[in-house]
Amino acid sequence: MNFISKDLLKRNETLVAVVIALFCIIATIADPRFFSITTVSDLLRASIVIGILAVGAMVVLVSGGIDVSFTAIAVFAMYSSSVLFLSINPDASWPMIFCVSIAFGAFLGAINGVLIALIGLPTLIVTLGTLSVFRGFLLTFIGSQRISDLPPSMRDFSRGVIARGTTEAGNFYSIPWSVLALLFVIVLTWVILQKTMLGRSIYAIGGSVESARRIGINVKWTQFFVYVYVGALAGLAGIIYGSVGRMADPFSLVGLELSVIAAVVLGGARLIGGYGTITGTLLGVALIVIVQNSLIVIGIPTTWQSVTIGLLILIGTGLPAYRAKKVAKNAG
Amino acid sequence: MLRYMFKKPQLSSPEFRLLLITILVFLSMAALSPDRFLSSQNLTSMAFQFPEFAILALAMTITMMTGGIDLSVVGVANFSAVTAALILTHFADPSMSGSQSLTWLALAIFAAVLVGCISGFINGILVSFFGLPAILATLGSGLVFTGFAIAMTGGSAVMGFPDTVALIGNSQIIGIPVPLIIFGVLATLLGLILTRTAFGLRVTMYGANPLAALYAAVNIDKMLVKVYMLAGVFSSVSGLIVMSRANSAKADYGSSYLLLAVLIAVLGGINPYGGYGRVIGVVLAVLSMQFLSSGLNMLQVSNFAREFIWGALLILVMVINTYSSRFSTNSGR
Repeated sequence: MNFISKDLLKRNETLVAVVIALFCIIATIADPRFFSITTVSDLLRASIVIGILAVGAMVVLVSGGIDVSFTAIAVFAMYSSSVLFLSINPDASWPMIFCVSIAFGAFLGAINGVLIALIGLPTLIVTLGTLSVFRGFLLTFIGSQRISDLPPSMRDFSRGVIARGTTEAGNFYSIPWSVLALLFVIVLTWVILQKTMLGRSIYAIGGSVESARRIGINVKWTQFFVYVYVGALAGLAGIIYGSVGRMADPFSLVGLELSVIAAVVLGGARLIGGYGTITGTLLGVALIVIVQNSLIVIGIPTTWQSVTIGLLILIGTGLPAYRAKKVAKNAG
Repeated sequence: MLRYMFKKPQLSSPEFRLLLITILVFLSMAALSPDRFLSSQNLTSMAFQFPEFAILALAMTITMMTGGIDLSVVGVANFSAVTAALILTHFADPSMSGSQSLTWLALAIFAAVLVGCISGFINGILVSFFGLPAILATLGSGLVFTGFAIAMTGGSAVMGFPDTVALIGNSQIIGIPVPLIIFGVLATLLGLILTRTAFGLRVTMYGANPLAALYAAVNIDKMLVKVYMLAGVFSSVSGLIVMSRANSAKADYGSSYLLLAVLIAVLGGINPYGGYGRVIGVVLAVLSMQFLSSGLNMLQVSNFAREFIWGALLILVMVINTYSSRFSTNSGR
């Protein structure tokens, strides 16, 4: 049984990889300019914020929960840390602003954690509620104006690049520092999930809460950690979004949560918990970002974007679910 | 006193608690701005406002009874409304005679409800036959339905209906607003279905214990398809009311209604894990939300603060329900 599920999981990741490859081949045939370093760097830049959020959402799904409030956490952390530093110390260095934003995110995540882990409320409904609580609080009490003159150090961060250049065709490309943040999040999450007791506990409670409890895992603490961690990652993603976009917009990001969860689910994570890999998540993010940015290249009008993403979710999650159901039927 | 009240089963029910909350909200809003809140104008406008999201909450209720959820209600509502709107703008024009445009209106309504029916059927098939979790199935299908609405309209609003369209959302029959009548009919219908039919019993049974329902030879797939079709039809009716009231249809109308529908269902005492729920609870929840919302509006509280209050209320109600059910099970009733 276990062996078969693992096999299915692999197939889901390969399915996504094949779809991406097919898309790239069709796009390159339709427009040879698609296959260039410029496209790659554009898509990479577009996937940083979604990527960080998706890694966080994946950890929640692995633990058997679901979080839809992380975009509100991200925008809350980004906007309030910008406001805070503008009023007390506009010359603060960017690592400091980033740390404060992460701390804000972790704190809001802890609120989710208390409600879900300690009080035991259903995760979807709690996070639907906190989504509007965080956003409503932000817009009512902190501010609803766009801020474009951010602390100068945040602008410096957005200017930093690892590599930049111009292709022979004269197209400009650059790979910003924020890619390193995504890499850092990937490595950190991989280490936590694969190399620590905590990470294995997250998979264990996702598989079966009762079994996890009986082998001595502290379920409440593990769940609490998951939501704090997601909040912290959202804080990081938010402040990067603000810095790179050079604007603190309190209306941004919220609404993105379903696309992010779609990316994670396409990558093979399951809502029932216990399944999910970073590779799959990143493939899912790549697919969603490509669909959002380059659908037009293969001749599908952008008005069909929403239909395409919806169908991808249904097919990408429906096939494995249907196979699993058949296997279960044959087995019993 | 409180202890005494909790000991009596009928008084400890979530519906009774809700009745108290509804009365409390009504009285406090009436006390805060008596001349405006209690004016007949305000009461009528409230009766026009709430049916559109209240019907979505009914759709949410029936899916939650099975332990599922329907995140596509707003998508279905807009998809149906856009379909009806396109029929009305293409085939009927404002200069038509009354009976002719009424015929087209009837056709448009039929098409919209059909769209809701088919959308719900798709959801039901995804949840039952393909075994997708309801959250994912309706999340994906919601995107698809919204996407179709965007693709059909190019993302802009559809306008220019004959005057007869206003009959659905803006007219009154013997002083009662039509949307309120529609809501009353649908709520009664759902209440009867859930309590008086074999289908309703199966829904409750499956929600309470899916395995037991399976062993009791309930045709689960068929039951789930029916549940989601019913939710789809309810959503399309709500879409038609929104279309008539706004005198236009657009792919992204009412996006805040999704949270509101979940909130009302949970506030109304529906168990999100399935198996318990009464329509009267949902009706009371709708009323208290509308009193609150309209009262806050008069006190000039911003939309953002209202979003904050709704979210906080949802969580508060969940916490109270959790602790009171723990309390009553601990004391052995």
